[in-house]
Amino acid sequence: MRVEMLYFGVLKEYFAVDRETVEVPAETTVEGILSFSRERTSNVRREELDSAGRSSVWDVLAVAVNREYAERSTVLQDGDEVALLPPVSGGAGTERRGA
Amino acid sequence: MRVEIVNTVIPSDAIVAEMKAGSDGAVCVFDGIVRDNTRGRKTLHLDYEAYFDMALEQMRGLAAEAVTKFGVRDVALVHRLGRLVVGETSVLIVVASAHRGAAFDACRWLIDTLKKTVPIWKKEQFVDGAIWADGEPFPEGIGLSRAAEVGARVADGEPFPEGIGLSRATEVGARVADGEPVPEGIAAGGSETRR
Repeated sequence: MRVEMLYFGVLKEYFAVDRETVEVPAETTVEGILSFSRERTSNVRREELDSAGRSSVWDVLAVAVNREYAERSTVLQDGDEVALLPPVSGGAGTERRGA
Repeated sequence: MRVEIVNTVIPSDAIVAEMKAGSDGAVCVFDGIVRDNTRGRKTLHLDYEAYFDMALEQMRGLAAEAVTKFGVRDVALVHRLGRLVVGETSVLIVVASAHRGAAFDACRWLIDTLKKTVPIWKKEQFVDGAIWADGEPFPEGIGLSRAAEVGARVADGEPFPEGIGLSRATEVGARVADGEPVPEGIAAGGSETRR
């Protein structure tokens, strides 16, 4: 089956596109698509750390399926819109963290 | 309720003025503006982008929830995208209410929740480089389940589809087995405890 992948923030740079259609096996879960996607960007793994060099975006992102936050166990359907969402940073300012 | 994502200057004064009604005793305004530095690094401008449809749905949900949760009369929630320079408004929140306590509480809750849940990101352009802002950790129930939970599920033998999921599952399982602590809200910022 096919799903439409959407990438935001730094992930858009990892994939060098902001959306694409990918072919995956039937009954692929969110967990499955994460592994698949992470594997495809293994060439940029060195850049995965946050600006403080501490954690990988893959450990902190959320996934939306058809514009709703999804669980790892969510099973994808043909034609789903799957968005990989780094931690969001809307609003104003950036909070001082770890201080 | 006025909930918008715009690409142009947010007319803060006009929005605040139109939010006032006779039954209000308080209008609380949060005007989020672009600061000239992040941790001392001089900012030239910020570029905001959104998962537009989802962000708008999330913002509508937050505005409605604020009204029921805090009993305020009305809420305006406006976020701007694109390139913003120092001093410009990136987000405007206006809460109108009969009483100030509810207005303050709703306003604070709205900005705090928006910053954690609404899919909007910013790239910070400094004089000496650009980075995507780290963002705030997703709250429980929105972010994906923690590594420990995944480890537990893997131990239960839940099958992954052929050809995918294997490397990740092994990795997570191994980390859990090592007894590495996975604190609440680990995500980006709380990672000092990680190796």
